[in-house]
Order: sequence, then structure tokens, then C-alpha cells
Amino acid sequence: MSAFTLNDLITIMRRCAGELDEVQLTGDIADVPFQDLGYDSLALLEATGWIAREYAVSLPDDVVTSIETPAELVAFVNEKLDRAA
Amino acid sequence: MSIAAITGVGVVAPNGLGTAEYWSATLNGTSGIDRITRFDASSYPVQLAGEVSGFAAEAHLPSRLLPQTDHMTRMALVAADWALADAAVQPGEMPEFDMGVVTASASGGFEFGQRELENLWGRGPEYVSAYQSFAWFYAVNTGQISIRNGMRGPSGVLVSEQAGGLDALAHARRHLRKGTRLVLTGGVDSSLCPWGLTAQIPSGLLSRSTERGRAYLPFDAAAQGYVPGEGGAILVMEELEIAKAGCDRPIYGVLAGYASTFDPPPRSGRQPRLRRAIELALSDAGVVADDVDAVFADGAGVAELDRVEAAAISAVFGPYGVPVTVPKSMTGRLFSGGAALDVVAALLSIRDGVLPPTVGTGRPAPEYQLDLVTGAARPGTVRTVLVLARGYGGFNSAVVLTAPQV
Amino acid sequence: MSPSRSYQAGGRRVVITGIGVIAPGGIGAKRFWELITSGQTATRSITFFDPTPYRSRIAAECDFVPEQHGLSPQELRRMDRAAQFAVVSAREAIADSGIEPEQLPADRTGVSIGSAVGCTMSLEREYAVVSDGGRRWLVDHSYGVPALYDYLVPSSLAREVAWVAGAEGPATVVSAGCTSGLDAVGYAVDLIREGSADVMIAGATDAPISPITVACFDAIKATSPRNDDPQHASRPFDKSRNGFVLGEGAAVLVVEEFDRARRRGAHIYAEIKGFASRCNAYHMTGLRPDGREMAEAITAALAEAKLDRTEVDYVNAHGSGTKQNDRHETAAVKRSLGHHARTIPMSSIKSMIGHSLGAIGAIEIAACALAVEYGVVPPTANLHTPDPECDLDYVPITAREQRVDVALTVGSGFGGFQSAMVLTGSGVRS
Repeated sequence: MSAFTLNDLITIMRRCAGELDEVQLTGDIADVPFQDLGYDSLALLEATGWIAREYAVSLPDDVVTSIETPAELVAFVNEKLDRAA
Repeated sequence: MSIAAITGVGVVAPNGLGTAEYWSATLNGTSGIDRITRFDASSYPVQLAGEVSGFAAEAHLPSRLLPQTDHMTRMALVAADWALADAAVQPGEMPEFDMGVVTASASGGFEFGQRELENLWGRGPEYVSAYQSFAWFYAVNTGQISIRNGMRGPSGVLVSEQAGGLDALAHARRHLRKGTRLVLTGGVDSSLCPWGLTAQIPSGLLSRSTERGRAYLPFDAAAQGYVPGEGGAILVMEELEIAKAGCDRPIYGVLAGYASTFDPPPRSGRQPRLRRAIELALSDAGVVADDVDAVFADGAGVAELDRVEAAAISAVFGPYGVPVTVPKSMTGRLFSGGAALDVVAALLSIRDGVLPPTVGTGRPAPEYQLDLVTGAARPGTVRTVLVLARGYGGFNSAVVLTAPQV
Repeated sequence: MSPSRSYQAGGRRVVITGIGVIAPGGIGAKRFWELITSGQTATRSITFFDPTPYRSRIAAECDFVPEQHGLSPQELRRMDRAAQFAVVSAREAIADSGIEPEQLPADRTGVSIGSAVGCTMSLEREYAVVSDGGRRWLVDHSYGVPALYDYLVPSSLAREVAWVAGAEGPATVVSAGCTSGLDAVGYAVDLIREGSADVMIAGATDAPISPITVACFDAIKATSPRNDDPQHASRPFDKSRNGFVLGEGAAVLVVEEFDRARRRGAHIYAEIKGFASRCNAYHMTGLRPDGREMAEAITAALAEAKLDRTEVDYVNAHGSGTKQNDRHETAAVKRSLGHHARTIPMSSIKSMIGHSLGAIGAIEIAACALAVEYGVVPPTANLHTPDPECDLDYVPITAREQRVDVALTVGSGFGGFQSAMVLTGSGVRS
């Protein structure tokens, strides 16, 4: 079981960057690019900063530009967590 | 030369959300000053403030904006929305480089800043928000308002404490004169968090009274300081001919004159410069003292400052020479938002032919020789109004508003 | 008719007659000019506090000892470092202008001081005291120092300068983020043109090198983490650039109505011919790649100056050294100056003195005025391998002797603000 789930990410995104009125963070959004969900690089910086602190993982500087979708970010964080474990 | 007309106003005030609620409360003498509720202020020597109550940002703004904005920016964005709606302007239908934004600021997003300072000092640098780099700074309202409304023309952010609200309006007028069609302008401020209140206390100008009706008494012999408040107003300013072409849209009035001066240092033996600001503003407006129907005074509620202001008013208009009022006695002083809100009140006085009262002050100190509007609103023809604002440290600004020419 | 109306009809011209600068690497306009034309850099590891926990641990700090500049203990207690910079620079500028302070016409002299973050250093220091190191939300007001309200509302910066100059005309602080310096001087130009003042003490100051500012730029990864090589960390337009280097400093100018300056036989550095600002209305920290707003500001400033784009001899770039900015700006300059952009030098002095937020715009105006004065274009240091998308002549490494009659300086800041100013030398007089 993953230590970091899509639901965890959605909760964090809501908290860090709100939710767009026209985009509901429900259903199958795992592969929808962050940009299409209305989250810009600033929102991702806030969210990845949160994840780095709360999950005690170190994320590289370019994570917000190299990762495009929630699924990719979840996988990336889990990989980091596995490696740290 | 172009004439600067005000065609829309948006108000977020301690005694009323929205223009109608604010104006009705203000004419009735209803004060928004009360005990501080946002935090437990019982350990502070200042316990009263003009807090904006009932403002639910999430009811007015997309949730996307909330994590990145301080309380005062949220209020400014909503005031801007209301002002545009009032002016019946759809920014999306205008050329984006023809619209600009000029706001005044005094302390930035201070509550946001306190939270991030606490994160940094109490927990560590990695806890500081990605939004801190702009959410607290003085330029944030101009930036956020321009983004929300797609306004890409000239901008500006002025900081001259309470005088800044008038300086912003005057700078907006400069942009109109250079060809910008519409400028959103004014000021909204708040630093009513524990750190903000703590930073205000050393000015020595805050009232320590806990009696809400007697805490802030402009021009009263018993004046003992002012009550801090939050909120302000955003106005839509357009070139008069363009505004007139907008068919049946209301025109509140015209920013006809403006001037600002700066006082010499204390103990220099030189005279304060408020009187000169008044005279220059009248001259800029092409009016004389007799033309002025009312003065919306700065009304610091501090004896030394009240005396200087009263002397300047009497010197220009003569003793008891013009009705004077201080509606901010019902809101407290709103820093960069105060003068912008006074301008709205003055424009509504022109519209409705009535001057709002100064509350608290029963009778002004006789030595001031002021015809202060107290007790109840005073009806009468109001076509030309002088609004004064003075910023801590010596900033004096004066604006002359006139009724829209028919 | 009111003074402002009659003056406006007269087409009043505005010139720079005095310059005062505090910049990393040296105090005073002379030392500043020597540094930026030598190509030396003043960026280093942060010494003001222990930077160990931070991502970016580099800054361009000023070695400024206020007591050496005649500030009294009382003034030091009252003034934030940014205010101290402003006051010392203002005194230098007034002395440089040849005006005896008592000869300044009080009512006709105004003040316009830019600052992005005001008195943030003092605010943070005092916050740490009243909050017991960030442990109390309900901070202890009894530890609040007397000057705390001066720090809260940075209009105190304009007050301090007004007192130095004896100015009793219009005074304000202009705080438009990183375009504050340009906007403050642009504001001063407006006031002189419209007749509200004859002399403006105008410029900008910022002293942001404190933990909260370093942390907030860390959070958005805007500053350079090249911590093992601080002298070469500010690399505008270079392929290897990775963020800006935080700086501090001030520049204050004596900005004067032309006829007045001429009558008193003043030395004129340059005329300020045009200024404009635009917003991107796009993002608080992001830039549209096409650079259209900055291009609009440049075009509007040139139009106000009544100059053709082909007359520009030098562009002083914003050139912060972030990936995004340098490409944006290159696009904006190409868009506004067309083919001419490829034929003229464009350099970033931030490569040497870092990015002092609101102050830098005024410091860069000073650099342009001095470039016009001396016929030398300062270089972009640390530019060895240009980014292929940054393909203009950025004057790498070494200064260039070249006549500069028309200089353009641009700025870009959070909030989406873009500003441009045009200065001319005596060769271009309308």
C-alpha cells in the first residue's frame, strides 16, 4: 500500500491552493495535467513544500516543472518514501 | 485636459458591507467600533477597533485565491468587484491596456506576514509559504486587482499612511490625463492582528478607552487618541466624457482638485503645511473657499493634531465658516483605506444632499471654532467638498470633489 | 488658472542634477560606478545571520557603517537600515547637485522614495522579540520599541528624506515591488512636469537581507543556490543561471526642473524623457513568455520621450538571472525595439550587485545617468555561455566605451508590474 495516496494529494492541493470553481477534484483526475486542473507552478511549489515537510522527503528543485500530473507526483513521492525507508 | 469622473464605488467598512449598508449606517450615526474579536485582545492596552464583521471571503472569491491572500487583499478584491459592478463596467469588454490600477497601502498583508514569521521563527524556514513573497507586500492589492480584472494599463502603489488614499486617487487622475480610459483606485487596509496592533501602539496615538461611544472623539476637548480600523473603498475613475457616453450610468462626481504637502520636522519652529495643501487643492480645482459646501476632515482625535487641522480649516474658511464632519468617527481610522472611504462618503453627500454626522464628539472644543456636524445628519445642498487626509509623520493631502456637471 | 494647469502647457522638462548611491561593493556613486564598470562582483555568502538552514545562502551585502556617515545614535534607533541608506544617499545626492540644503525651496521640493519591502529587517527583528522567537501568536506588546510604528508603515522612509532635504512639498513612498525604484522616479517626473514641485528628491531603498525574505524566495526557488561559488552566482542571460542573488542598497537622485537647473548653472547628468508602467494581469510571480506588457511600457516610454526606437543606444536590463525573467525580457526588448534590439548593448548590473528589489530600479537609473555622463556601458558579469534563447548583445564580462545619448532602463516585478524609463544626454535635446 502506498504511503502517499492520490487522496492525500488532493487534500493537500485543496488546502494549499484551493479548488477551481469549474474543476471539481473528484473522479478520475490522476492523469489530468495540473495546469488543466488550474494549478500553476506557484500552487505546486506551495503543495510540494508541504509534502516535503509533512512526509520528510526531499524533492528536487525542478519537481514542479518536471512533473505534470497528480499520478506522476504521487508515484514520485512514493518512490522517495520507499527509498528513505 | 481630461476630467476625472468617479463612476463606481465599492465599500468594505466596519459599519457596513457594500455602499448602501455603509451609507445608511453612516447617516444614522451607527458606529462599527467595538471590542476586538479577531483575537483575544484583553492583554493589550488597546481593546477597541473598527473590525469589518460579516465579511465571508469565500462567498465572494474563488477558493483558488484564498490561500494566497491576506484578509485585506480579499476585502480589496471584493470592493473592486463591487465598484466595477456599480459602474456597470465589464472589464473584459474594454481594451486591457486602457485600464489601470492605483492603490494606497500602509502595512501590507500584515496578518499573513505574522503567520509566516511565526512559521519561520517558531518552526523553520521550510515552513514559510510560497505565497509569502507577495501576499504581505505593499503592492499586493494593485497586483491582485489587475490580475483578477485583466487590467494591463499603468499601475501604482503609494504609501503615505492615511494620506495615501488621496494620493492614490490623484495618481489615478494622472493616468487618465495621459490617456488611460479607466483606473480602479482607492485603498483597503488591515493590520488588526496581534503583531499589527502591537506595531501600532508605540505611535502613542491610539485610544486606550474601552468605552465604545467615547473612545474616538475628533475635535473634542476630551479627545484621547483614535481607534484603529480596517477596510476601505475602491473607486472606478473614468474620463468624464467617456463616462457620460455610458448612457444612464451614474456619475458620482469629479475629482476636481488635489494637492499634497509635507510638514517640517517637530521643533523646527516652522509652520505645519496643511493649510497650504488646502489652498493648492482649491486652486487646482479652480474654486475658492466660498464655493466649498463641506469639509470631510482627517479628524485624528489627538489634541495636537486636531488643533493644527482646525487652525488650517479656520484660516482658509474663517471661524465656523464651513460645515465639517468626520464620518470615520464611526469606523476608526483605516490607514490607506480611510481617505478613500471618506471620498465615497463625500460623493454620496453630494448625491443625496446630506452630510453625515461625527459621532462621539458632543460639541467640538470651542477653541477650534469649527462648525462640526454632530448629533444627526445635516441636510443641505452639497456640490463641492474638500476631503483632508494626514499621514503619520507629516503627510498632508487634500482633494476637492465637485458634483458632476449636468 | 492654477499653477499646475499653466505649467503643464509649458512642457516642463526634468533633469537629474545629483546622484547618491549605496550599493554592495562600495558606498557612494563614485565607488559604485568604479565597481560596475570594472566587472567585479559584490556577491558573497550571507554574513548578516547564519544562513545554514536556507536553500540560497548568497547575497550582495553592503559594508555600511552608519556611524561613519554622520547618523546620530538617536537616528540609528529610529531608522531601519533602509531608511539609513535613503538618508545617506539623499545627502550625497544633494551635495552632488551643488545645492546648499538651505537653498532648496521648501514648498517646491518634494520627496518620492521607492521601496519594495520597507522596514522589513527591523520588523522581523522586533517580531522575534515580542513573539519570544515565534512562540507566541498573542505577541507581548510591552516589548514593542518606540519606532515600531515607523517600521510598520514605510512612509517613514519618505519622512526621513524630507527632513534631510527640508522638503515641504509633496512626499510619498512608492511601493510597487521590484519596479518601485523606477516608479518612484517616474512619479517624481510627473510631479515636476505638472508643476507640483520644482525639485524632487527621488529614488529608492531596500534592505531585505533578513531571514524572512531569504526564506520566502527559497520557497519559490527564485534565488540562486550556487552556494559554493557566491562570487559567480548572479549570471543573467547565461545558460547556467539559476536564480537571482538578493541584494540591498539605495540610490537617491536630485531630480530638477530643467530651466531651474540651467539658471543655477547646475551640472546635468541626463534628462528623463519618458516613463511608463504596465501590468501583465497574468500572475503574481509569473511572466507571459511574449513580454508584451514590458514591450508596451517601453513603447509608451519612448513615445512620451518623442524618440524613435532606433535612437536607443543602450538598454539597462532588468536581467535578474532567473530562467524566466531573462527570456521574457529578451522577448520584450525584441518586440519593442525590433531589429534595432540586435544592434545595441543591453547589460545587467545585477550580475555584480545583485537584486536589491525595489531599490535596484533607482540604482539602475543612476547607472544609466552615469553611462550617459561617461560614455561607458557597464558589462554583464559572469556571462560566459549565453542561453540560446537570450541572443542579444549583453556586453559580457567587460565594460565598453561607447557614447550613450539615449538610455533605456526597464524593470519587472512581482504583481506583474513592468516599467520602462528613457534618459537622454545633452546630445539629444528637444
